[in-house]
Amino acid sequence: MSSNVTTAGDQPVYNTKVVKQFAIMTVVWGIVGMLVGVIIAAELIWPDINFNLPWLHFGRLRPLHTNAVVFAFGGCALFTSVYHVVQRTCQASLFGGPLAAFTFWGWQLIIVAAAITLPLGMTTAKEYAELEWPIDIAITLVWVSFAVVFFGTIMKRRTKHIYVANWFFGAFIITIAVLHLGNSAAIPVTATKSYSAYAGTIDAMVQWWYGHNAVGFFLTAGFLGMMYYFVPKQAGRPVYSYRLSIVHFWALIAVYIWAGPHHLMYSALPDWAQSLGMVMSLILLAPSWGGMINGMMTLSGAWHKLRDDPTLRFLVVSLSFYGMSTFEGPMMSIKTVNALSHNTDWTIGHVHSGALGWVAMVSIGMLYNLIPVLYKRAQMYSVSLINLHFWMSTIGTVLYIASMWVNGIAQGLMWRAFNTDGTLTYSFAESIEASYPGYYVRFLGGVIFLCGMLIMAYNVWRTVRGDVQEQKAVSAEVQAA
Amino acid sequence: MDQGTLQGIGTVLTMIAFLGVCWWAYSARNKKGFEEASKLPFADEQLPSQEDAQPPSQQKDK
Repeated sequence: MSSNVTTAGDQPVYNTKVVKQFAIMTVVWGIVGMLVGVIIAAELIWPDINFNLPWLHFGRLRPLHTNAVVFAFGGCALFTSVYHVVQRTCQASLFGGPLAAFTFWGWQLIIVAAAITLPLGMTTAKEYAELEWPIDIAITLVWVSFAVVFFGTIMKRRTKHIYVANWFFGAFIITIAVLHLGNSAAIPVTATKSYSAYAGTIDAMVQWWYGHNAVGFFLTAGFLGMMYYFVPKQAGRPVYSYRLSIVHFWALIAVYIWAGPHHLMYSALPDWAQSLGMVMSLILLAPSWGGMINGMMTLSGAWHKLRDDPTLRFLVVSLSFYGMSTFEGPMMSIKTVNALSHNTDWTIGHVHSGALGWVAMVSIGMLYNLIPVLYKRAQMYSVSLINLHFWMSTIGTVLYIASMWVNGIAQGLMWRAFNTDGTLTYSFAESIEASYPGYYVRFLGGVIFLCGMLIMAYNVWRTVRGDVQEQKAVSAEVQAA
Repeated sequence: MDQGTLQGIGTVLTMIAFLGVCWWAYSARNKKGFEEASKLPFADEQLPSQEDAQPPSQQKDK
């Protein structure tokens, strides 16, 4: 459990055990969550494959999929990088002794509880916050422990400065605590059933204040922290502009929190709140692209590294997808665009442009950088398998989002088409019929992405075992290290 | 106070906060500190790949 590079003066004894545990479980939950995603994509094409069992119904598996990929896969990826980055950039071991291990086992237990209760139909029916109140209390306990470990480590740091990645991690941890406590406030009636403390439009607004900031602080701020450490690390040079990263941080966290109402366009929400959500979403483009450009420009003058380093390619392409989806998001929050896109597959495509293209690919890049460091290997077992995985992820994501664009726009146009006498041109079922080609392509894209994850699992397993497939293609940063 | 005035005050305060952050980030006084901070990802290595043979400056702190 000592540091992998012991020559730089007196390196602290890092806690790598908990980082390794979370890193391995990131791979495991990634495969599980994406497999459930592929199953529900298949159910939309062949509805009979739920075998008429309630536990396999689309309506029950869909929240299982979202919880598994966001909180199990994404959550484990965030724990992995937070615990690794905070120790390395603070030059200190994790604070709190057994608390870090508690967060690992607690988080895994919560994931298992979600995997059992959601198919059984126990749900609060709040999107991305479906878990019932006893599990919510467990999440609170784990999250507070997480905060204690993280901020305790920051406080005992031996470095003068707090690296910018840790600022993003800190904002992510604090804001998720606030969102979880605010949105999950409920009156329990039995051990498995509770009712929200809010009602009607206020309930909807609180829900999407939570829902959009789960995107903003869990899936964005947390993963931006990951980006600010692993892009410079993999590229072997500091971030393009540290000063821009500071402006990026404050602007992003100040604006994101107001964007939630764009989920409630043309609803009973007061018009001024809808407009506020739209304007704040449009402003968000600036900090989002500031961060993306900062990450990309880190490679300025060293673009050749992309040629032979597929790990770096994962990180940089994840930033491209981040830029693309943070352009698409503000556009979709414009009321007139939202009138076309709302409730269509376009939204699903937008989410996956962020989830597969940004969150999953930056996490995969993080793992390919980190696994050799944690297990003290020169590099991953096979660099060519990383390359194969990169192309499978990219092609899978592009197939997914392109098919959902086509479907979404087709659905939106069909639903709003009128005949001259005022009747609807198409029935809803006709728009479903028109969506089938897109559903097949989406399923195919998902299968390709999932197969890439299986290749990563094999590559990680062989790396952990200590195997080396090839000596060629040793990239520049390995020579440098 | 009517809503328009409130919105105006909000806009001005937000602008001041944003300009304040920019001023703080780009002031010459903080340049050196931020440069040190930007090298922290390499604090666990012997040398960042592109740096000279100096020990990372951020480790001198107690």
